[in-house]
Amino acid sequence: MSADRPTTPDRDHGSTDAAVVLEAAVVVMGAFPALAGVDLRVRRGTLVGLRGPNGAGKTTVLRLCAGLLRPDRGTARVLNVDVADDPAPLRWRVGYLGHSNGLYDDLTALENVTFWASTVGADRGDVDAAMAAMEISDRLRDVRVRHLSAGQRRRVALAGLVARRCELWLLDEPHTGLDVDARDQLDRLLRAGADAGATVMLSSHDLDRVDAMVDHGVDLVAGRVSREVRR
Amino acid sequence: MSTPPGVVATARMIAARDLRIEWRARVVMNQVIPFAAVTMVLFAFAVDDTGALGRLAPGLVWLTVMFSLLLCAQRAFAIESADGALEALRVAGVDPVGIFLGKAAALAVQLLALAVVMVLAALILYDLDPPAGGVVLLVTSAICATCALAATGTIYAGLAAGVSGRETLLPLLVVPVVSPVLIGATRAVEAALGTGGTAVADGWPWVGLLAVVAVASAVVGALTFGSAIRD
Repeated sequence: MSADRPTTPDRDHGSTDAAVVLEAAVVVMGAFPALAGVDLRVRRGTLVGLRGPNGAGKTTVLRLCAGLLRPDRGTARVLNVDVADDPAPLRWRVGYLGHSNGLYDDLTALENVTFWASTVGADRGDVDAAMAAMEISDRLRDVRVRHLSAGQRRRVALAGLVARRCELWLLDEPHTGLDVDARDQLDRLLRAGADAGATVMLSSHDLDRVDAMVDHGVDLVAGRVSREVRR
Repeated sequence: MSTPPGVVATARMIAARDLRIEWRARVVMNQVIPFAAVTMVLFAFAVDDTGALGRLAPGLVWLTVMFSLLLCAQRAFAIESADGALEALRVAGVDPVGIFLGKAAALAVQLLALAVVMVLAALILYDLDPPAGGVVLLVTSAICATCALAATGTIYAGLAAGVSGRETLLPLLVVPVVSPVLIGATRAVEAALGTGGTAVADGWPWVGLLAVVAVASAVVGALTFGSAIRD
């Protein structure tokens, strides 16, 4: 990680190289401001790590970018779509993995990936390529996901994102429940995704790991960006 | 770039997936049908009067199907919420009308299979012999009633899916709403079996009522399901 960069709002939100532009974004949950004015610009094709303590707003930023939340104040443009206006055109371009994987236990790994691929009309070639990219072996393809380990399930879920050719991957605590080897493997897969052109945003409590892998680190405290670091 | 499937293709995809999961898990086969069959048998022991059983059989069949609807509808959304798949479907921008129609169709197939077993059980256990013209009425009313039950059950199970205490909330919501279906189906089957002192022709107006309820439920579900599953 190189030089620290002060947080400055970027007004160039029409630029096509920006995957995410948040300007003074406020999201209120009940009476509690989960985001209290976030300014953030994420370039396309970068691997971004959101860091911060519990309640800092990491999950809220990811859900805002997924179109699951709308800003109460400020602006949020994701892939040049105004989330406050209508997030619908955005959704099939974005893949969001929360704390769960969105898998069906009684379907096999292949059937799960095929199902998610079919939601955007992707074909069998996309599925096979995604399974290969996520290092899902022939032995695992036909196993029901209820019999897979946490790391294997995560890889199947990621294969679903890859098969859908999502432009923006939003991953909330993707390392949770994985052993060291599986975390390393996941990091390699996320890096490969970003290198292939996807924008990857993830949240994590594992500061050292995030520092080592991301292009753009974002520290959140009390619903605001406190520091940004770019490679 | 691939394009998302339309409503019909989405519905087909969702229905096929739900039926595949049910085929694998065998919840209807191994749990719901035995539950319904035991209810029929116990009722036969409790009312030890063949004449009375014959008169009560149509109501009992549909009461059993209605209780089974609650189990099946809960199950249909439990597979979506177990690993966050429903939220993933929303993020992926999968058409909620397609989701509704697909889940309702899969539920209708399961309920129809259950209704067939229950009617056959009633014919055997309660010593009933439908007139020749009654079979067509029996089949038509069963199709219309199961479609109406499935559409209504899908709406309310989707609504209750994100609510704590959904297991007890769903019966409270569904049972009053499906009472016209229960009454219509019971009257139609009484006419088909000749147990209510009515002719077969008297059953067709009730089939008309069931068809209207089925269509109305499907339209209401298609219009409201997106909002129902939003939070």
